[in-house]
Amino acid sequence: MRGAVALLDVLAAYFRLVRAGFDRHASYRLASLAGLFTNTVFGLLRVAVLLAVLGPTGTMAGYDAAATATYVWLGQGLLAVVLLWDDGELAQRVRTGDIALDLARPWDLQAALLATDLGRAGHAVLVRLIPPVLFGALLFPFRWPHAPATWLAFTGSLLLAVVLCGQIRFLLGLTAFWLLDNRGVRSLWASTSGVLCGLVVPLGYFPDWARATLGVLPFPGIMQTPIDVFSERGDLAALLAHQLIWVLVLLLAGRLVLSRATHRLVVQGG
Amino acid sequence: MYRPLLASRVRGQLAYPLSFGLDVLAQGIGQAIELVVILVLFGRVTSLGGFSADEVLLIYALAGISFGLADLVVGQLDELPRWIRTGELDVLMVRPLPVLAQLVTADLQLRRLGRVLVGVAVLAVVLTRAPIAWSPLTVVLLVVTPLVGAVIIGAIWVATCAVSFWVIEGRELANAFTYGSSLSTAYPLTVFAPWLRRLLTFVVPAAFVAYYPVLAILGRPDPLGLPAGVRYAAPLVAVAAVAVAALIWRAAVRHYQGAGS
Repeated sequence: MRGAVALLDVLAAYFRLVRAGFDRHASYRLASLAGLFTNTVFGLLRVAVLLAVLGPTGTMAGYDAAATATYVWLGQGLLAVVLLWDDGELAQRVRTGDIALDLARPWDLQAALLATDLGRAGHAVLVRLIPPVLFGALLFPFRWPHAPATWLAFTGSLLLAVVLCGQIRFLLGLTAFWLLDNRGVRSLWASTSGVLCGLVVPLGYFPDWARATLGVLPFPGIMQTPIDVFSERGDLAALLAHQLIWVLVLLLAGRLVLSRATHRLVVQGG
Repeated sequence: MYRPLLASRVRGQLAYPLSFGLDVLAQGIGQAIELVVILVLFGRVTSLGGFSADEVLLIYALAGISFGLADLVVGQLDELPRWIRTGELDVLMVRPLPVLAQLVTADLQLRRLGRVLVGVAVLAVVLTRAPIAWSPLTVVLLVVTPLVGAVIIGAIWVATCAVSFWVIEGRELANAFTYGSSLSTAYPLTVFAPWLRRLLTFVVPAAFVAYYPVLAILGRPDPLGLPAGVRYAAPLVAVAAVAVAALIWRAAVRHYQGAGS
């Protein structure tokens, strides 16, 4: 009984972190608006190129105009929800040494960051995902899910995608323990992730060998999978299983790397 | 006066050759990603907006070199919001030198040459394959286009970054135009909807960076029916873009009142 109460207390603390993550981002209204504008501009350019590819037959690799527009606008929204590109905050805390404070707090750092990130993502769903999707749905042919259950599956897939991307950013941030300046790693991720995750061009357009290779890696789980679940493409169980497996693997990897990293940490007294 | 400053920035970057090499590589990969996208698309189709793979790659290569050169010179304007927030800009303001010149010479990120290198490599391959109407004029166009294109993109960069003087979160807003130009200049104008074509020709003149000059290099008339002279108008557009950017920048600097730090 006592154990259960303690567990509830702990969970309540992490739930407050989720709230804090939500609230923190809710205060950046102008930033959200600016981001929304940029996503919309890129959406307009991307959708134009991809629609031009469809050509006279109107379909390509199973994508018609509606599926293409849905892919692009959902992607432009998801980009901000999963926060594909690292803001470098964790790396900076490692470099400045603030990470020592984070580690000294009575929490599990990985879980705490995950909790705040979930809050951030929740906020992003409201202000960064829904607007571009509505914009795309109003101005372009759009494919809404046919089965009501798809909404539930999409929510689950989105949650897994947020955790998946969050853990990749966590691992990228932890490289700063070894590299100190991990800008190179982050810029490499920033430049390649768009293609690897299926943000800029549907993975279905890739040649078979590339699709097969990417299919075993975690990256499609960040963008392409939630989009496929929403668009009811492919085997739902296999899509979610792929995401779930990689979430577990990366959570474990994050845990191991963090413990190795903290062993390297030397706090200079003062 | 700026030369010793720039030379010291360059020496500083070359002091760590491995780190510098990785940075160049990352930038090159960043540029090559759009190349992958184009190749993936052409794995499925034989023409995009009425242009063949080699023709699109010619547009992409010239646009990439232009963007890389512009990024090299004015890319650090992306940091303007930070300079404003921390008050560092105020320090530049009290110096008896133009603020923009100081910002531009504050850093010369040679790693951005990675983009240029990829553009040049693709250009070298495409020149042997694309149906180019070779003449002395074509050669001049091929040399001048990336330089003029860089000026146009640079002007767009300066004009949109100036927004940061009014809106503190201007960086991402400016990204829509700067990195957006990197995307929109790499494809034939014909893929875009009519309103977007007009915008990219008359408002944000991205179409003059590579698309119109490439029409002249290929000896093709404009499929959208603009007069033939438009294909050679890029230098004039560049002059106009620089003039407009200078006006916007001046108005912005005059408006600036400090972040109160």
